[in-house]
Amino acid sequence: MRVKSTLENYLFVLPAAGIFAIFYIIPFIWVFQLGLYSWDGILPTKIFVGLANFKEIFFEDKIWWGAMRNAGYITLIALTLQNALAFLLAWACDREIRMKNFYRMIFFIPPVLSEVVVGLVWQWILDGNYGLLNGWLANLGLAQWSHNWLSDPATALTTIAIVHSWKGFGWGFLIFLAGLQTIPRELYEAARVDGANAWASFRNITVPLMIPVTVLVAILTILGTMQAFVLIIAMTDGGPAYHTQVPVLRILASMRGSSRFGYACAQGISFGVILMAISFIQYRFSKTARQV
Amino acid sequence: MKTSLYYKTKKVTTNLLIHFFLITVAITCIFPLLWMVSSSLKTQQTIFKDMSLIPRELHFENYYLAWQEGGFGRYFLNSILYTVAVVIGIIIISSLAAYAFSRLKFPGRNLLFYTFMAAMMIPIPGSFVALFVLLNKLHLRNTAFGYILCMINVGLATSIFLLKTFFDKFPRELEDAARIDGCSKFGVWWHVALPLAKPVLAVVVVFNALNVWNEYVLALVIFDNKNLMPLQRALMMFQGEFITRYPLLMAGLTITALPIIIVYLLMQKYIIKGVTSQAVFG
Repeated sequence: MRVKSTLENYLFVLPAAGIFAIFYIIPFIWVFQLGLYSWDGILPTKIFVGLANFKEIFFEDKIWWGAMRNAGYITLIALTLQNALAFLLAWACDREIRMKNFYRMIFFIPPVLSEVVVGLVWQWILDGNYGLLNGWLANLGLAQWSHNWLSDPATALTTIAIVHSWKGFGWGFLIFLAGLQTIPRELYEAARVDGANAWASFRNITVPLMIPVTVLVAILTILGTMQAFVLIIAMTDGGPAYHTQVPVLRILASMRGSSRFGYACAQGISFGVILMAISFIQYRFSKTARQV
Repeated sequence: MKTSLYYKTKKVTTNLLIHFFLITVAITCIFPLLWMVSSSLKTQQTIFKDMSLIPRELHFENYYLAWQEGGFGRYFLNSILYTVAVVIGIIIISSLAAYAFSRLKFPGRNLLFYTFMAAMMIPIPGSFVALFVLLNKLHLRNTAFGYILCMINVGLATSIFLLKTFFDKFPRELEDAARIDGCSKFGVWWHVALPLAKPVLAVVVVFNALNVWNEYVLALVIFDNKNLMPLQRALMMFQGEFITRYPLLMAGLTITALPIIIVYLLMQKYIIKGVTSQAVFG
C-alpha cells in the first residue's frame, strides 16, 4: 500500500522530471563534453582536442574578447542610464499623484515586446537615409547632426545600448516601485516631524532601505544584458565589422557560420563561468552592504 | 513664517514637474509603436518621403498583402499553435510537479526540487548548441513537436516555483475533506488544487505566453522549414529577403506586436505580479 502510494507520488513529478532530464540535464552535460572536442556537427567522428578550444578562446580569439568588451559596454550603460531612469521614475510614481497606474501601464509596454519587433522598429527609425530621426534633425535645421547611427562604427554600439535601455527600463521601474512601496510611510512622517527635509529623508531612509532591491536589479541587469543578442541581430547583426558583436552572437556564429560545434560549446562554458562569477561577487557584495 | 499658500504652490509646481517628466518618458515609450503603425499604412512610394505620423491616405491593404503574400497569416497561426500548446503543457506538467513538491512525500523530493531551482539560476549561454545536436538525434529538429517540448522545458522551472510557493501557503483543509470523500490524489489535484490556484495559474499562463510568442533563438536553431516558423523568425527572414519593403515589414511587425499589447493591457495585473514575484525570488 505504501509502496504503491509512493509510486503514485512519483507519477506527479515524472513528466516534469522527464522533460527536464532530456532537454536541460543532457544538453548541460553535452555542452561540457563537446567543449573538449573539435566537431562540425554533422560527421559521426569527433576529434578529442582537450583544452585546445579554451586555449584558443583565451589567447587567440580577439573577436571574442572584443565581443565581451562590447557586451560590457552595453551593460555599463544599462546599469547606469537604464537603472537610474528606472529608479527616478519609480521614485516619481511613489507618491500621491494622478495617473500613477497609467504611467505604470505605459512604461511596461517596451519590456513585453519582443526584441525582434523592438529592433526592427528602431532600425527603421534610425535608418541613415530615410529614418525618422534624421528626418527630424533635417527639419530642425540640424542636418549636420544626422548620421548613419547603426552603420557608423563610432555610434553603432552606443545606439544599441540606448535602444536596449529603452526596452528594459520599465522592468527595473516595476521592481524599484514595488521596493519603494514596502517602505513604511511612518518612517517619512517621523523624519518630517523631526525636521528632516526631503533630501535628508531620501538620503537616510530611501537609499539604505533600497540597497537590497538595487543590488538585485543590478545583478539581473548584468546577467540579462551580457546575454542579450536578439536585439542586436535585428538591428546590426554584429556589424559594422564586428563593432556590435556580443558573446552569444559569437557562439551562434561558431555554430552556424563556421560549423565549429565544440568551439561554440567551449565559448558557452567560458561565458557561463564568467556570468556565474559576476553574480557570485555581486551576491557577496550585497551581503556585506546589508550588514553595514 | 512661510504661508500655507507657499507650500501649496510649491507642491503644485513639484507635481507639475513630475508629471512633465513622466509624460515625456511615456511618449517616448509609445511613439515608436505609433510610427510603426503609421509606416505600415504608407505605400512603397510615400514611406521614404512622408514624415507625418498620420499619412494622408491610409493603405490598409498592406495588412492583406503581408498576411497573404508575406505569409504572415501562416506564421501567425504557427505562433498561436506554439503558444497555446506550450502553455497548456506547462500548466499541466508544472502544476502536477508543484503539487507533489508541496504536498506529497517521496524520497528525493527536495533534491529534485532544488535541482529545478538551481537550473533556473545557472546560465548556460551555449545550451542551444547542444539542444540542436540532441534534437537532431531524436529526429525532432525541424518539427513543431520538438520546438514545443523545448519551450515547455524553458518555462518549467519558474512555473513550478511560482505554483509551489502558492500551494505552500495554502491551507490543506479543503484537500483533506476531498480525500475523506474518496477523491484520488489526481482527483484532488484536478478538482481542488487547480481551481484554487487560478490566480497564480493566470500569472503562469500570461508569463509563458509572452515568453513563447516572443521567442527567437530556439526557433532560429530548430527550424529550417519556412512553413513551421513562428512570427519572430519569419520577421527576420522577411527583412533579410525584402529589405526595402518597409510598409509590409511594418505591417508584419504590427501583426506580431498587437496581440502581445492587447494581452498585456487585459492581463496587466498578472504580468506585474509575475515580474515582482520573480524579483522576490532572486
